[in-house]
Amino acid sequence: MSKVRLLVGTHKGGFVMTSDERRKEWKVEGPHFAGWDVYHINGSPADPDRLYAAQSRGWFGQVMQRSDDGGRTWQPAGNDFKYEGDVSTHKWYDNTDHPYEFMRAWHLEPSLTDPDTVYAGVEDAALFRSTDGAKTWQELPGIRTQESAPSWAPGAGGLCLHTIILDPQNKDRIFTAISSAGAFRSDDAGKTWKPINKGLHSQYIPDPDAEVGHCVHHMAMHPSRPNVLFMQKHWDVMRTDDAGETWHEISGDLPSDFGFVIDVHSHEPDTIYVIPIKSDSDHFVPDGKLRVYRSKSGGNEWEALTKGLPQKDCYVNVLRDAMAVDSLESCGVYFGTSGGEVYVSADAGDSWNAIVTNLPQVLSVQVQTLP
Amino acid sequence: MIRVVLPANLRTLAGVGKEVELQVSGPVSQRALLDALEAEYPMLCGTIRDQTTKRRRPLLRFFACEEDHSDDSPDAPLPEDVATGREPYLIVGAIAGG
Repeated sequence: MSKVRLLVGTHKGGFVMTSDERRKEWKVEGPHFAGWDVYHINGSPADPDRLYAAQSRGWFGQVMQRSDDGGRTWQPAGNDFKYEGDVSTHKWYDNTDHPYEFMRAWHLEPSLTDPDTVYAGVEDAALFRSTDGAKTWQELPGIRTQESAPSWAPGAGGLCLHTIILDPQNKDRIFTAISSAGAFRSDDAGKTWKPINKGLHSQYIPDPDAEVGHCVHHMAMHPSRPNVLFMQKHWDVMRTDDAGETWHEISGDLPSDFGFVIDVHSHEPDTIYVIPIKSDSDHFVPDGKLRVYRSKSGGNEWEALTKGLPQKDCYVNVLRDAMAVDSLESCGVYFGTSGGEVYVSADAGDSWNAIVTNLPQVLSVQVQTLP
Repeated sequence: MIRVVLPANLRTLAGVGKEVELQVSGPVSQRALLDALEAEYPMLCGTIRDQTTKRRRPLLRFFACEEDHSDDSPDAPLPEDVATGREPYLIVGAIAGG
């Protein structure tokens, strides 16, 4: 019988949750790294027992952890993130030039083929890679030194590179997204990058159609169709069919097109999920109702999925890395909230159950489908 | 032996108790003490001082003999009582406030 392993990062530690393919009974282990912000835990597709975790804290900086046994035990790994060459600048809040400073890792993306290779998206925005199982890290400086980079300015959450998507059909193609800067693509394995923001429209920047400066919150891809990306922007849900060359809006009839998460059904490339958030000033779900919205048509037409989710007096947020899908025959969908709940749907979103409640604020959710 | 008291999160990370003992060769300064600590417990690298600048993390303080040594020169000698192990060197996380 297949199993699923859920990797949950929270504001005060990490949790590993396992279940069988029914996804009804769950074993919850943790907190690992208690008291630390665990921005992300992710597993290697090439060796599912190889996990990487990014823990950080304002007092103590960044620590990386590695597990070789599926999260039962962990060993501290390398945490020396040095920018390559001369340290460049980005804009600061007062529009002065501010030197890049490493703050923390936001997202870890293991290689699709090599368990020892893992990418890290970090704040201040840059992309690092380790090829020795997280012992050492080297920057891929092309994105930080990209022509537009000196003009990037942090948003309220910091200047973070938070999304990394590796193209499963083209080993040289990588997509990334940076808050308050936009989406970027490399076609040479991370050496050089180009902004891919044409079609994004953001009224909160001086030129709403600028090449960079858009606050992309998250992006998702179905592995069978790597030229199609879905994006949850600060406002607007977007889609590209040409690997980011052009985007068009698919917000359609959503109650709000502000949000953070977006994901794609594991077997239906045109079935996508978002969780609308009321606004950038409120950061909680509209009308006190926690609703996942699903489109089975690749966007524009959305249905609210509410069965099993609180439909009154609910004021939680769901952060950008806090949704995941498994690849069991009946696609499982998972998300975690700022209120510390982690929900599962074992039927592609039709109905939901809480796996846990009252965890610390959930920062990230990943799922592994295990044989 | 030099005695060093770590904040709780770093004790867990290093897998040690409240206090660790270190052998420091040569003059006992903040830099020498932290070099010895990181050599003995490499998982602490970067958690007390920045990896690149080697500056103290802003929310950590260094106390000894009822004095705040946080802003001393890293190469200034530590108090004799710390150097001889009579008093511990305290690495303290600033309280969160509120």
